[in-house]
Amino acid sequence: MADEQIVMAHGGGGALTHELLTETILPALGSSSYRLPDAADLPGEAGLVFTTDAFVVKPLFFRGGDIGSLSVHGTVNDLAVSGAKPIALTMTLVLEEGLSLETVEAVTASAGAAARACGAPIVAGDTKVVARGEADELFITTAGVGRRVPELTLPGLRDGDRVLISGPIADHGIAVMSQREGIDFQTRVRSDSAPVWPLVEALVAAGIDVHAMRDPTRGGLAAVCAEFAEDYGLSITLHEEDIPVRPETAAACSILGLDPLTVANEGKLTAFVAAEDADRALAALRSAPGGEHAAVIGVVTARRTVPVTLRTRFGGQRLVEMPYGEDLPRIC
Amino acid sequence: MCLAIPAQITRIDGVRAQAVLRGNEIEADLSLIDDPKTGDWILVHAGFAIERIDESEARETLALFAEMGEGIGGPAGV
Amino acid sequence: MDRQASDAIIARIAGATEAVGRTIRIMEVCGTHTHAIGRGGLRAVLPKGIALISGPGCPVCVTSQRDVERMLLLADRGDVTVCTFGDMIRVPGVTTSLERRRANGADVRVVYSPTDALELAASRPEREVVFLGVGFETTAPGIAATVLQAQSRGIANYSVYACHKLIVPAMEAVLSEGSRIDGFLTPGHVSVIIGPEAYEALSQTHGIPCVATGFEPTDVLEGIAQLVEHVRDRRPGSFVQYRRAVRPGGNRRAWDTLMRVFAIADAEWRGLGNIPESGLAFRPEFAAYDAVTRFDLPEVAPVSLAGCRCGDVLKGAIEPQECPHFGRPCTPRNPLGPCMVSSEGSCAARYKYG
Repeated sequence: MADEQIVMAHGGGGALTHELLTETILPALGSSSYRLPDAADLPGEAGLVFTTDAFVVKPLFFRGGDIGSLSVHGTVNDLAVSGAKPIALTMTLVLEEGLSLETVEAVTASAGAAARACGAPIVAGDTKVVARGEADELFITTAGVGRRVPELTLPGLRDGDRVLISGPIADHGIAVMSQREGIDFQTRVRSDSAPVWPLVEALVAAGIDVHAMRDPTRGGLAAVCAEFAEDYGLSITLHEEDIPVRPETAAACSILGLDPLTVANEGKLTAFVAAEDADRALAALRSAPGGEHAAVIGVVTARRTVPVTLRTRFGGQRLVEMPYGEDLPRIC
Repeated sequence: MCLAIPAQITRIDGVRAQAVLRGNEIEADLSLIDDPKTGDWILVHAGFAIERIDESEARETLALFAEMGEGIGGPAGV
Repeated sequence: MDRQASDAIIARIAGATEAVGRTIRIMEVCGTHTHAIGRGGLRAVLPKGIALISGPGCPVCVTSQRDVERMLLLADRGDVTVCTFGDMIRVPGVTTSLERRRANGADVRVVYSPTDALELAASRPEREVVFLGVGFETTAPGIAATVLQAQSRGIANYSVYACHKLIVPAMEAVLSEGSRIDGFLTPGHVSVIIGPEAYEALSQTHGIPCVATGFEPTDVLEGIAQLVEHVRDRRPGSFVQYRRAVRPGGNRRAWDTLMRVFAIADAEWRGLGNIPESGLAFRPEFAAYDAVTRFDLPEVAPVSLAGCRCGDVLKGAIEPQECPHFGRPCTPRNPLGPCMVSSEGSCAARYKYG
């Protein structure tokens, strides 16, 4: 391990991130868990859930959002999919020497507005400045506290469960990637950066017994399904023709050679519910803001040799693998 | 051996062009094809137009190419 | 294309396969086809009598280990920015990879097009920019065009490490290795450049049909159907499924651009060794743009990656799963060789998509 180093793909949310956590960070922390969950119950504080997230997105401003609102949505969404209504946030800014005040103002104004819209104000924070070159413009870390909703027991995946997605996938990753240096590519695809709490709330209001939820961020829908299948020792079959993808996003994925299943989202909810609840859950999601294009996209089965399978539109089938890490434009 | 995607030229500036595919605008170098014009459909590989395709052929590709895009509201026009 | 239409093509394939009455071995020459077949899950819908064999058409995979090591030497030079297509960055060298060199501070950038590398050079005249030129006849003309543009624009700090390959000599080499192939699914986009006529001699000499095929799942199915019907009818020849892009004679302008800058030369392939007239070398008048001469790169002795059997996979001598390392320890995360790295590599496609 002495000669091993961090490579970009360690931050991609895929298999390499998982390996870094399980083989290096968790043992070093002395954690008894094999995974650090996105959010956890506060020890000794029944009903309170705590989470944290760091944001290093480049560029800071992208179509459909910016690092400020994203830093709020990322954290409130981790709470929401843990079954907790967000209460309050903290925010830490790491600023690079030379950054314009105008940028700082725009980013924090966006974060403040997003936090208010989510009903989770930013109540504490910290600011540090590092010398030019020691950070890339601006990094943000947010932490959040939420209150567990008693109805959401989230007992876990079961054989026969249906998989739902709240809307078209892969928009965030494409919107951000298209504005990266070195990719000559403009798109009308906008990031889906948004809070998923209203979607969760709609499921609760409809009385759905949600078995499990996740927001498919880095690593996309593929990573979420791979993780759930592994955690519960079950298999998941997804149906390609049912998975919503905007035509412009599908075209952008073709241009960049990416699989939409592995591209990041920042405002989508993946929910697992019993088969008999699927129709009602779908109706609930479709009635909520941001859930208009929700769909039932797959089914949970007993464990087969392959954890996650995609039934393609030609009746073919293939594995869905946990993405490796960094999404790279594929060219040849 | 390589990915190439159909796109329609919207603007030409010397050998460089802007071309559009379903709301996505890419840059393409036109030096490998004869007599390109605005409105032409081209096949773009690694930043170069490698062939001109006629519009109905392009739409044929895009129809095949709708792939996962059909999930919302059916296959969209180009 | 709806399910009914694709089912009809699959039925045609099944009928023709049955008529032949034995396993039909089809080589998809092109890495993009390998990827499309895996991603579309097409193996699952084809009749048992069809064996799809991946050919030597993944440009990253066929790049020789010597070339990989010399690319790494370039990345180690403090005065050079190395620009590459994404797949190359994780290909293992004997001790390191471009990705690891980048983590150690080497200036390695992933670009989408060689024009990005040229523009980078134009914007920073004080710094050497080298583009790693891998790829077949589809990609090489664009790279040649950037060299001509560098010349006409007076961009003196741009050069190319060129290890381009030509596809027809590699198909000949595969056949001479003794691989029994009943038909070639030939690369659609290479065929756009070289034209379907380029496969005619090979097809007639060996009595093997070739079908230039597009890349959408229905294109691939239709290409296989045509190929199997030609096999059934014992009809060699060079045919075109991908009519919307492949024209008789190919793209002359692209080919002429390529031939202005490069001349056909022998080339070393991973797995297939040295193949006469299967590569492209800079013409002497463009030597200034050849990274090998520009940086006086040393010759590197032939090396091989310990335990890697990518060479045998590339020849079609073994299936990816027949490699003793497939899946353990060799995975896309921890690849022993390039076929597990590139998204077009047959090992990666099998590992990822089953």
